[in-house]
Amino acid sequence: MKATEERLDELRRQAERTGRVDAKGIRAAGAPLPEPGAEHGYYGLPLLKPPVWTWEIPLYFFVGGAAGASAMIAVAAQVSGADETLVRDARRIAALGAVISTPLLISDLGRPERFLNMLRVFKPRSPMSVGAWTLAAFGTLTGATVLADELQRRTDLPLTFVSNAAGAGAALSGLGMATYTGVLLGATAIPVWAENVNMLPIHFAASAVASASSLLELCGHQHRALPLLASGAAAYEVYATREVARSGVTSTALKAASLLSGPIPLALRLLGIRSKRARRAAALASLAGSLITRFAWVEAGKVSARDPRVPLGLM
Amino acid sequence: MTTTGFLTDSTLCIGCKACEVACKEWNDVPDDGFLWSGLSYDNTLTLGASSWRHVKFVEHQPRTGCGGNAPGHSTWQFSSDVCKHCGNAGCLEACPTGSIVRTEFGSVYVQPDVCNGCGYCVVACPFGVIDRRPDDGRAFKCTFCYDRQKAGMEPACAKACPTGSILFGDLDKLQRRGEERVEQLHAAGMDDASLYNPTDTSVGGIHAMFLIRGDSRAYNLPPKPEVPTTLLPRAWTAAGIGAAAMVIGSLAAFAMCGSGRSAKR
Repeated sequence: MKATEERLDELRRQAERTGRVDAKGIRAAGAPLPEPGAEHGYYGLPLLKPPVWTWEIPLYFFVGGAAGASAMIAVAAQVSGADETLVRDARRIAALGAVISTPLLISDLGRPERFLNMLRVFKPRSPMSVGAWTLAAFGTLTGATVLADELQRRTDLPLTFVSNAAGAGAALSGLGMATYTGVLLGATAIPVWAENVNMLPIHFAASAVASASSLLELCGHQHRALPLLASGAAAYEVYATREVARSGVTSTALKAASLLSGPIPLALRLLGIRSKRARRAAALASLAGSLITRFAWVEAGKVSARDPRVPLGLM
Repeated sequence: MTTTGFLTDSTLCIGCKACEVACKEWNDVPDDGFLWSGLSYDNTLTLGASSWRHVKFVEHQPRTGCGGNAPGHSTWQFSSDVCKHCGNAGCLEACPTGSIVRTEFGSVYVQPDVCNGCGYCVVACPFGVIDRRPDDGRAFKCTFCYDRQKAGMEPACAKACPTGSILFGDLDKLQRRGEERVEQLHAAGMDDASLYNPTDTSVGGIHAMFLIRGDSRAYNLPPKPEVPTTLLPRAWTAAGIGAAAMVIGSLAAFAMCGSGRSAKR
């Protein structure tokens, strides 16, 4: 209602006559405040606690995933008898990823000096414990692979068996590195993660394969298996995008990540199959998509934790 | 050792917050921030790393005649919230360091000298209780006054409660006492009284039960809390599928493309 001079006079008269004014004032921003009840929960306040993780964790998901997939690619390349520079570079990327991953994880701890407590027990029921041990194994094995490889090249010591055995172990733990982070998010009380528990580990595996093969392509390797792998992963990401949209997630970051991981690199690779520039653009898109994917999922968890409706069974 | 528990009776609570103060003083819990929330007289708002007891002020219109409520006035249900010390505790399952343990009293306890602040318990709690204290880095929650219980004493909040709203004792006895109290309240006309203890979910019952009136959701008590560990079989199956796809995909891709055409640069 637009206040007029008459309205103001009327308010004064009513106040003089009765000592109060019955009409409602302007409603406060955000009003009406939610009352506690079956429809809003406790004043609409969050029921769950949001994840406390900062940028180190999603960055680690990206780096660790790419490193893990790279260790697997190294073995596949070696088995097929591919060029040894490709095998060596894949192994190096895996080892470098492990080296970057460890400080990222440690610095996100509330008490970084106690990081060794992670290896105090082994708890199969805790994905965080499984992950810590997986990273410990992966770091050791990728390091051993590269070290044995280098020593053998420079000194002619008979270390082929050592580097290959360590490489196989690195690939095995690398599979864990690429997938366990999906378990880590999925098996929690955070609604958006728990709802996508069947998809997250596969989604992250595809993302890891796409980023590892893209990295190797950007290093200059032209083995046709790399774009083939990246295209396969991108094709899965197109499917995953549909699944995520169906589950009602509306995150803009996640949509951008999906576009960069799925349709864009897939189209670039299919249409620009003979173009080096298109391949390079596809690889860059996949890497960016993979990185943003992990940040968007962690962020989605923070948003999801603020909404009490799912844990209260209201939607 | 017998398993001990809390029974917090909202029909006896007067909202004095003596439990919050007693908890803070006995356990040396730091300041949890000060703000006027505007939500009734509740300025604590939620349990957290530095709020181990939290009195909820559930304000609503009364049902006339139900438990002596007069028409035309708002009514309150006060309920002192606390860590539920779940039968199957999400935080305990998730903890990678073994810092979170089950004590001889059946309670769930965070060992502050072991916790490295990884934050995984925070997302594993279906009740949103445990949290990481930003300036300290470790995760904290109600200890069920483990130190006092060790000495044969009741927890600080129960001792400070002036109305007997917070009862402490043998878990089974408290469960029976809670059920008797519900019958008593129903007989007195408060037919909306109930005992909140989700025994039929994967949480497997809680060691801190709540006698409440009205819908449990008004207290942010989830009707069907589930411990996230139940998702592990599905999660690891998906991880297995992802890993298998990686193995098959990469081997197949390299096998299809052969060893040729891998010249670098």
